Amino acid sequence: MSNTPSTHDATGPIIKRPTRWHIVVFLLPAFIVYSAVMILPLIETLRLSLFNTVDGQSTFVGLGNFKVLFGDERWAHDFWNALKNNFIFFVIHMLVQNPMGVALAAMLSLPKLRFASFYRTAIFLPTLLSFVIVGFIWKLILSPIWGVSPFLMDLVGLKSLFSPWLGKPGSALIAVSLISVWQYVGIPMMLIYAALLNIPEEVIEAAECDGVTGWSQFWKIKLPLILPAIGIISILTFVGNFNAFDLVYTVQGALAGPDGSTDILGTLLYRTFFGFQLQLGDRSMGATIATVMFLIILAGVSLYLFVIQRRMRRYQF
Amino acid sequence: MTRNAIKGLLLATSILGTAGFAQAADVTLTVESWRNDDLAIWQEKIIPAFEAKNPGIKVVFAPTAPTEYNAALNAKLDAGSAGDLITCRPFDASLELFKKGHLASLNDLPGMENFSPVAKSAWTTDDGATTFCVPMASVIHGFIYNKDAFDTLGISVPTTEAEFFAALDKIKAEGSYIPMAMGTKDLWEAATMGYQNIGPTYWKGEEGRAALIKGEQKLTDDAWVEPYRVLAKWKDYLGDGFEAQTYPDSQNLFTLGRAAIYPAGSWEIGLFNTQAQFKMGAFPPPVKNAGDTCYISDHNDIGVGLNAKGANPEAAKKFLTFVASPEFADIYANSLPGFFSLNSTAVKMADPLAQEFVSWREKCKPTIRSTYQILSRGTPNLENETWTESANVINGTDTPEQAGEKLQKGLDSWYKPAK
Amino acid sequence: MSKARASLTRTSLVHLALISYAIISVFPVFLTLINSMKDRNAIFRNPMQLPSPKTFDLVGYYTVLGQGDFATYFQNSFIVTVAAIALVLLFGAMAAFALSEYRFRGNTLMGLYLAIGIMIPIRLGTVAILQGMVATGLVNTLTALILVYTAQGIPLAVFILSEFMRTVSDDLKNAGRIDGLSEYSIFFRLVLPLVRPAMATVAVFTMIPIWNDLWFPLILAPSEATKTVTLGSQIFIGQFVTNWNAVLAALSLAIFPVLVLYLVFSRQLIRGITSGAVK
Repeated sequence: MSNTPSTHDATGPIIKRPTRWHIVVFLLPAFIVYSAVMILPLIETLRLSLFNTVDGQSTFVGLGNFKVLFGDERWAHDFWNALKNNFIFFVIHMLVQNPMGVALAAMLSLPKLRFASFYRTAIFLPTLLSFVIVGFIWKLILSPIWGVSPFLMDLVGLKSLFSPWLGKPGSALIAVSLISVWQYVGIPMMLIYAALLNIPEEVIEAAECDGVTGWSQFWKIKLPLILPAIGIISILTFVGNFNAFDLVYTVQGALAGPDGSTDILGTLLYRTFFGFQLQLGDRSMGATIATVMFLIILAGVSLYLFVIQRRMRRYQF
Repeated sequence: MTRNAIKGLLLATSILGTAGFAQAADVTLTVESWRNDDLAIWQEKIIPAFEAKNPGIKVVFAPTAPTEYNAALNAKLDAGSAGDLITCRPFDASLELFKKGHLASLNDLPGMENFSPVAKSAWTTDDGATTFCVPMASVIHGFIYNKDAFDTLGISVPTTEAEFFAALDKIKAEGSYIPMAMGTKDLWEAATMGYQNIGPTYWKGEEGRAALIKGEQKLTDDAWVEPYRVLAKWKDYLGDGFEAQTYPDSQNLFTLGRAAIYPAGSWEIGLFNTQAQFKMGAFPPPVKNAGDTCYISDHNDIGVGLNAKGANPEAAKKFLTFVASPEFADIYANSLPGFFSLNSTAVKMADPLAQEFVSWREKCKPTIRSTYQILSRGTPNLENETWTESANVINGTDTPEQAGEKLQKGLDSWYKPAK
Repeated sequence: MSKARASLTRTSLVHLALISYAIISVFPVFLTLINSMKDRNAIFRNPMQLPSPKTFDLVGYYTVLGQGDFATYFQNSFIVTVAAIALVLLFGAMAAFALSEYRFRGNTLMGLYLAIGIMIPIRLGTVAILQGMVATGLVNTLTALILVYTAQGIPLAVFILSEFMRTVSDDLKNAGRIDGLSEYSIFFRLVLPLVRPAMATVAVFTMIPIWNDLWFPLILAPSEATKTVTLGSQIFIGQFVTNWNAVLAALSLAIFPVLVLYLVFSRQLIRGITSGAVK
């Protein structure tokens, strides 16, 4: 499939056929399930963002909720704080998770590497664990009371560097992000690994004939060829990170402490929409935050689809 | 294994049996609750006691995890899939459910006369006209201590603030115990076990709480900042890395005998009794000067209400009347030492630690947590903010004064006291 | 000679790096498993020690097995996950094929419509979903969960699969058409086998959030008969949060089936991914 140019612009063998029922048949099941269970409920939620309860009556308020979210000092503070944290969360994933995924995949794809399947299996394992498990285990490991981390750091003589990271406003977000990286690094690794294996033998052989090997081979030949895969991973990371909620919730609780330092859009939305402890759920403001999240993600995805991906197409073989 | 097989057989025969005779279909009531700790007690004691007297009514206790309860319950009520009986959080969360028409009025329920207005206050409308949940239990704050540790170190039970800190100093100097088991990771420990535990002594319980609601006092006043100053001093007596210490960490530290004092809620008693291998005692929050009146937080915590759209209102009401009876109070309070009945009929308690806690009702003035009534109705939510700020004060992120200011500012942004 | 030695050094370094990271990945799971088999004091005082005859204690497992029916929970999770993956792959591949193969009016629009779902968490529609499920009597059934997860998985499946289907040779399909194959046969017999690696990727991506989801089981199917493993263990942890024996045992029981399944399944998965490269 390597040397097949993507001729799909000339798709459809016979265009003038009357009604092509098979297209309908192919599309219908996905369309029905998706529309009924996902889109309609979501529209209902988005609709809510334009309504609010005034004197016990649900009233159309236009963009009033958005005005509160960005205009009211408290709401705006919470929102920008969550957005900033979410951005840091994303940056850490991009800087740590994805390069690490590429590095691991590059090592794994070395020819004739022994135990490769063992490594692959081990590194992908955390991805399969639920947040409940991951959150609980890491809380225990990082707990100063249980003493696993201090003990391990003592082994390498770094005990003095230990601190209760999850409890300090300065380090909690980084710690949570790294836990998430730990959990998910298997995904970029697998995707890049598949992309690397998909590079045709001939390309590598040609490079080796030209004396391009090792590091420079990776940088000059392989990396450009796996760029589309890296692109897909980046956008998946972006969408995943800006939808994230569960891990912060299981590790730091719904208030995303200490002092709101791990609050991301997902936890802010959860608290607002469903309420927490004495705080009552506010459907309208929750829906408003959801709408803003949707717009942020839409903007990111559009940027990828219309700017970045188009440029990258040129490299495809 | 065999037990399960027998259970299965019994189940099978009972199903066959009922299918055979009883056309008078059994009614099944479902109780929504966040008290998953109590599952065994409901299944083994409470439900059998009720079912024995009310043939034809089956009760299923269906708890969800406490942190998810509110969100899950609200979604289920909106969609109409919630159970017949709803366990009520105190104050506004339940009041909102009543206002939305999810909870029915219980003014006419036989058995409601067993409760005082104070007991009902957590589940009554602001004007006092309608009560919508049967009060079930309250919890009391105080300190539980390791009696063996106190005896070895020769410490007597502190009654004043000065004695309290002297005791902590002594434990710390001796070094074999962590003076106090509390962490700030879960935030609520700092607020509930810390601020709401010692606070009433400084703001004079109900007096201060009422003044705060009326707007006569502010959270920046000395009475409300002083407890934060005391809390800030706790920092030095907590275990290493208390910033990342969770609630279960604290419990384990204490029950494994590694810490001497545990700022507690009475609900811990049941668990501590089964886990701790040493003798325990309890003392109420120390007062400022010897001879001052002591105040305790005796907080209405759990009630049960009727789902207004439930399918079996008559059977559900029978169950609520049972919950309101002295018989229920007796079963409940004795199966769950530390959850104190709100029933006017006094319950004899077998557990000495629980008895100690409840005895403070005689000598100290009780109040409820300051943030629960009315003041947590808006955004930002005062209770949630108090969690964050209490942890901040102990962590040293904010000074007591800053905490008071932040809280008052948040409250001012939406709360206008009735003049 | 020196070249060989250089490559030996390089290989050792690679192994060192991979081993270190593999240990980091597995260590927390290992820690949970060993501590679940120790008594309470040993868990606390020597978390790093393997269970010895002196500290070996299965009390946590007894507590868990006496309380929750983990076999049923696991079965529920398994049914829901497998059924949802099957539906996502089938429906997703069909839609992806239609979008990538045929040119018709509204193609781009349909593509964008199906892509919206990648961007918004379906959780935001919870209340309306629950209302719908109540209206159709699907509350507390596994069907409700399967439907939700299918809807949730379709957008990403279409997105990834249509990217891959564009790379399938047109000559092959046209040859099939000349041989008189119907469009359905072309899809099922020619195209599907070729995008198997992509299907494996989609299957993994679909499976993880479903298996780990806590929210929808809690809202849509919290009854004892329909609880999933994740919900079961979460409730259990909530209930026994201080009893670390029980919590660690519950976690181990939740991990164990995943571990076994994964070890069996990972071969297929890797083979699926690599088979695309061999061609």
